[in-house]
Amino acid sequence: MSAAVMSETHPMTISIRSIVKSYGRYPALNGVSLEVQPGELLALLGPSGSGKTTLLRTIAGLEFPESGQVLFDGQDVTFAGASDRRVGFVFQQYALFKHMTVAKNVAFGLEVRKRQDRPAKADIAKRVDELLRLVELGEMGRRFPAQLSGGQRQRVALARALALDPSVLLLDEPFGALDAAVRKSLRRELRRIHDATGVTTIFVTHDQEEALELADRVAILNLGRIEQVGDPLEVSEHPASAFVAGFVGDGARFEGQVQGGVFRSGELAAPAPGAPDGAAQAFVRPYQFALAQGSDGFEVKVDRIVGHGPILRLEATAAGGRRLDAAFPREAGGELSGRPSIRLQVRSAHVFPV
Amino acid sequence: MSGRPASRRADLATEDPFWAKAAILTAVLLFLTLVLLLPVVAVFVQALHKGVGPAVAAMAEPDALSAIRLTLLTAALTVPFNVVFGVCAAWAVAKFDFPGKAFLITLIDLPFSVSPVVAGLIYVLVFGAQGWFGPWLLDHNIHIVFAVPGIVLATIFVTFPFVARELIPLMQEQGVSEEEAAVSMGASGLKTFWKVTAPNIRWGLLYGVLLCNARAMGEFGAVSVVSGHIRGLTNTMPLHVEILYNDYDFVGAFAVAGLLCLLALATLVLKTLLEVFQPDVRGRHV
Repeated sequence: MSAAVMSETHPMTISIRSIVKSYGRYPALNGVSLEVQPGELLALLGPSGSGKTTLLRTIAGLEFPESGQVLFDGQDVTFAGASDRRVGFVFQQYALFKHMTVAKNVAFGLEVRKRQDRPAKADIAKRVDELLRLVELGEMGRRFPAQLSGGQRQRVALARALALDPSVLLLDEPFGALDAAVRKSLRRELRRIHDATGVTTIFVTHDQEEALELADRVAILNLGRIEQVGDPLEVSEHPASAFVAGFVGDGARFEGQVQGGVFRSGELAAPAPGAPDGAAQAFVRPYQFALAQGSDGFEVKVDRIVGHGPILRLEATAAGGRRLDAAFPREAGGELSGRPSIRLQVRSAHVFPV
Repeated sequence: MSGRPASRRADLATEDPFWAKAAILTAVLLFLTLVLLLPVVAVFVQALHKGVGPAVAAMAEPDALSAIRLTLLTAALTVPFNVVFGVCAAWAVAKFDFPGKAFLITLIDLPFSVSPVVAGLIYVLVFGAQGWFGPWLLDHNIHIVFAVPGIVLATIFVTFPFVARELIPLMQEQGVSEEEAAVSMGASGLKTFWKVTAPNIRWGLLYGVLLCNARAMGEFGAVSVVSGHIRGLTNTMPLHVEILYNDYDFVGAFAVAGLLCLLALATLVLKTLLEVFQPDVRGRHV
């Protein structure tokens, strides 16, 4: 990467402090606080209506909160307009200017500057060229957005957002409108561009796989609140709430009781060290099941065994019709094959009071 | 071979038989000829039945020239006003949420639902000698009703919805994300409008302007009420046609009517050209 593409400013720290925002009577953000480290790639993950896009737009200066603060490197920008924040924003449907060529789109931010701040024509052209090469669209400058594929439009939007050396890059569902193959390759692309420019980047997604695979850290939102912030391993291995346990990662959910550090739901028992006694729910990931010895554990009806690669996946139905997935190492195949029912036990589980 | 009859059957299922097509087409053409084409032809035949000379003379008459001037002046004042208003109203309705939005849209549509005569009467009621502001206006020697300002006001009222109605669905469909993108890249409000919004609405706007202009030049009812029919002063072309006709000056009446027709036809040609070159503006108006 050429040095000119690198952000001239140092990566920015973003602090969000108790942001409250509502649309009419419907609260969108309910006191959200979040620290974004300089240069990190953070995902805002949550179901639709969780407030993640509102939070992103608040950081961009496209929405203004009712209370709370947004700080860029300690400086209060809560009520600064989008144009004063030096943010690069990639919109969900890209919002490319249809009547301008790709090159004009990318140059827009530089060309609308006041005359005394505007770079010379040749410099703008050079910068556009660099950016288009960064997103691997070097030959496409003269095309119009309508002549590009979805993935190419996404890259143009990215180049356009990077044109002003933004202190923060914000992306709203950046891969939402693309098909699976393009999505995968663009994901790697975004990671590469982030690493090349070092710009602090925040993206919104409802796709947990996308968030866990791409981001350094993931902030999980639900009903206008942040449920947990952590690195991908942390949020999937140590969910902080029942919502996170259910939303991130696969798994079956059981309702039951905790007594003396053990969760019970019918025949099923799971260790729940430290959980308070009383009604509880347990989330069990496929790999947290094991084959039980003798008459231990609980019985499930085998629906299907899917095996490819090193993992065998068992689709089964437990008592009461609850469906669950369990994963076993390939070697367990011998014990599983040809049996109409099988006994499982739970090695560990994520248990939360109801 | 077996595929062919099947595809023929599919053709038949979506197409009417020949005789039905022919019958419908004939009925439509007959109707159009009778109701639209024949009258237009009749206008020109009547205007020219004593030759080109008298027709041109009728148009060159001072009263006729004054009517033509007044009509052009009215259109020249009305159209820019409605462009500015229409863009502002469409912008407000399409890009912002505010209480009373539905009411504003209804208000914009009002001129479509109110008879033009009523529109004219409203202005007489408000600004006329016996009206609310009449005495005050008289004291200050300001003439609105039975003068050019009244004619322009009435025309503005009647042509109010054309530009706004054309732009509202267009701007709603386009949303605000392009404007937001421009603003997030540091563009000022004005630059955002000129570089992003205006290019996106230009064809719809032009279409609205043409419709607005056609109606502004042709409006009769509302203008008739507020004009006072003062020859050489407050007569527009449509009003002048009526006066000449009532005077049994058929050549003159039809000559001026023919000129109005020509203006209308020119507008239609422009509109059609616009549709040919910009297919996406077709069929949007109410």
